[in-house]
Amino acid sequence: MSDSATIIKKTPFFEIHKALGAKILPFAGYEMPITYAGVIAEHEAVRKNAGVFDVSHMGEFILRGPNALDLIQKTTSNDASKLTDGKIQYSCFPNLDGGIVDDLLVYRIKEDQYMLVVNASNIEKDWNWLKQNDDWNVDMEDISEKTALLAVQGPNAAAILQKLTDVNLSEITYYTFTKGTFAGESNVLISATGYTGAGGFEIYFDVAKADKIWNAIFEAGKAENIQPVGLACRDTLRLEMGFCLYGNDINDTTSPIEAGLGWITKFSKDFNNKANLELQKQNGPTKKLVGFQLVDKGIPRHDYEICDAQGNNIGIVTSGTMSPSLQIPIGMGYVPSGYSALDSEIYVKVREKLLKAKVVKLPFYKG
Amino acid sequence: MNFPENLFYTKDHEWISIDGDIATVGITEFAQSELGDIVFVEIDTVGDTVETGKVFGSVEAVKTVSDLFMPCEGEILEFNETLESTPETVNADPYGAGWMIKVKMSNPSDRTDLLSAADYKALIGH
Repeated sequence: MSDSATIIKKTPFFEIHKALGAKILPFAGYEMPITYAGVIAEHEAVRKNAGVFDVSHMGEFILRGPNALDLIQKTTSNDASKLTDGKIQYSCFPNLDGGIVDDLLVYRIKEDQYMLVVNASNIEKDWNWLKQNDDWNVDMEDISEKTALLAVQGPNAAAILQKLTDVNLSEITYYTFTKGTFAGESNVLISATGYTGAGGFEIYFDVAKADKIWNAIFEAGKAENIQPVGLACRDTLRLEMGFCLYGNDINDTTSPIEAGLGWITKFSKDFNNKANLELQKQNGPTKKLVGFQLVDKGIPRHDYEICDAQGNNIGIVTSGTMSPSLQIPIGMGYVPSGYSALDSEIYVKVREKLLKAKVVKLPFYKG
Repeated sequence: MNFPENLFYTKDHEWISIDGDIATVGITEFAQSELGDIVFVEIDTVGDTVETGKVFGSVEAVKTVSDLFMPCEGEILEFNETLESTPETVNADPYGAGWMIKVKMSNPSDRTDLLSAADYKALIGH
């Protein structure tokens, strides 16, 4: 983003967040709600009840036409040809240098029509990347600015949302979606996705309906005490699940193989940088993203050094926090493959002290 | 927000209560509110004499960490050990049960770097 032309954008729910007293900070070019009642209370609301995230900052592209799939297959690591109507796939855009342009969700709306959901901070970069790779002149539309997105997450989310639609939500299985009438508005996309591991749905709709749909969800969830929840707990929730955050755990220099995203990297098809990634998979990557918990008292943070027992730098923490659900300090980071086995002993340098940690299995939170 | 008149404050958002040559130090209501849910208070300087403005510990919230700075030079006599098991007390009662350290002040009459409640409120725009 060029600094002179940077204008902080607002989602259609900005005034609502302000009225609710949210702590609002710029994130990925948008004024976003970080917390309302407090990160721990919001985290628990999502794990045990239901919370509503405004994630309208996310980017959405529609790709149409007979070559839409060709462009998706060339640019993404997962095999989008496996998608059928109403199905969703987690994927990433590998770059040509071994790294990742962005991670994304691919929705098959119908034959020859797809929606790509990308990170807010990468909307322009992803758009340019797709254009640069487009050998077919695919019909592409960026609908980010006119699309509102609420993630309604938690064990009570489905029951609350069911009050607002005739669509049978129990039939929308994880990573599938449907379009229907929701809160009296037609053409709302209801997607069984999220970034929390708590279950629930993500609801995409026209920004013009923002107030109406927000109010309807909170009215429907009144008895259950549904809560507005902010990006702070979105981060702690996703980290407890071991989900990667672009810019933290994955970026332009980390490969999907190193990041543990081999499961979305399908060598049965051709795509950008396939040969190199396939070689890396065969040979085994030299470093790997692992989950760890601190044994000593302290909290790991993004960019802290990972060391061996002698204090030699061997890697870097990419995400870290005190887990609100588990009440233990957890983190993810890159370590040499020799340190990636479960129970490997590593150290995190916190304010010049070496704190002992051990590599653990992801997800941290098992429900 | 509450900023008791009987306390002094620092630009680093600590408060200090002075009784003779003994000072009690904590962080302000504004500081705890900015940090959010506090999950760990680390102070391993008990017994040390620390100069004004130097780090005496750190406070970890879920999302961030902040150093703690000495409002006055002195020997750190005591750490509020209840914060080891209940660090959230700092959020709930920053000026009371959430106090952090007791200090034997080197220069009890020197208040050059300290702010009044009114000055502190002006500093944070309240």
